[in-house]
Amino acid sequence: MAEQVYWEDVEEGMEIPPLPKIATTTMLVRWAGASGDFNPLHYDEVFAAGQGVGKPIIHGALKRQWLVHLMTDWVGEQGALKKLSCQYRAMDYPRAMKAQGQPMDGETWQCKGKIIKKYVEDGEYLVDLTIGVENGKGEVTTPGTATAALPSRG
Amino acid sequence: MLPEEITKFIGQATGVTTYKVEQGAIARYADAVGDPNPIYWDEEYAKKSKYGSIIAPPGFFGWPVRQPRSAEEPEVIMGTRRGPNFAEIGLPRVLDGGMEYDFIKPVKAGDTLTATSQIKDIRERTGSTGRMAFLIRETTFTNQDGEVVARTRSTSIHR
Repeated sequence: MAEQVYWEDVEEGMEIPPLPKIATTTMLVRWAGASGDFNPLHYDEVFAAGQGVGKPIIHGALKRQWLVHLMTDWVGEQGALKKLSCQYRAMDYPRAMKAQGQPMDGETWQCKGKIIKKYVEDGEYLVDLTIGVENGKGEVTTPGTATAALPSRG
Repeated sequence: MLPEEITKFIGQATGVTTYKVEQGAIARYADAVGDPNPIYWDEEYAKKSKYGSIIAPPGFFGWPVRQPRSAEEPEVIMGTRRGPNFAEIGLPRVLDGGMEYDFIKPVKAGDTLTATSQIKDIRERTGSTGRMAFLIRETTFTNQDGEVVARTRSTSIHR
């Protein structure tokens, strides 16, 4: 984990360190089990085709948790994630497997965040960010916002 | 216009569910996200942290152990929640539209959470792919000490 970030160290317009993610079919199975979302949309080719999405898609909730991971890594243990929201605007498709534990070549997603507001409220040192998951083409399929409290050197 | 059989659910409570936040479930969830932070699985590390124990990643509220039941609907299938039947109005497909979270207090391993849900709004919209309905559901999670730990607002898209 990175060094603790402090409220005084950040400025509006600053980008936070991006977090790369790769989704594979195996990871979607793992996510289904861990999250309890067994919607066949995410693992059944025939069902997904019938739902008009072509083939199994990445769970929106997994992309959301990638964004939570981006934020919790950045705020560190002394910070706190206060709010997070995101919209699932476009489908993302996992990489297929070449061998067990080995994904095919393909897309890598980037979770990104940018500070848009820095302020103090009720004694808390806060920042608002725009966040999002970008697909391999650089399109933001999962835009969102977040609010975090950071420790102050105060 | 959405029919009354759908819109009558606006404002309705959709039940109370109890969740158990098991330590193993937290570790598996963090693993599925690809987050190696030891605060989710290493007891010794977590004890020395400001939380004093293993916490759940924000957004994980454990596994449901008791689903809503009522006289009107005695049987609830695991993983489904009460609400309007969009298939009856020609919108059988459902997609997750998005989520908003307010994280108020940390959720710790061993917590028992009570989730109370309400349907806040159901709206119709015609998009490029045809007619859709958006359902907004708000849920409040309260822990065993009566503290509100989180509020969520989810959107499902029916098409």
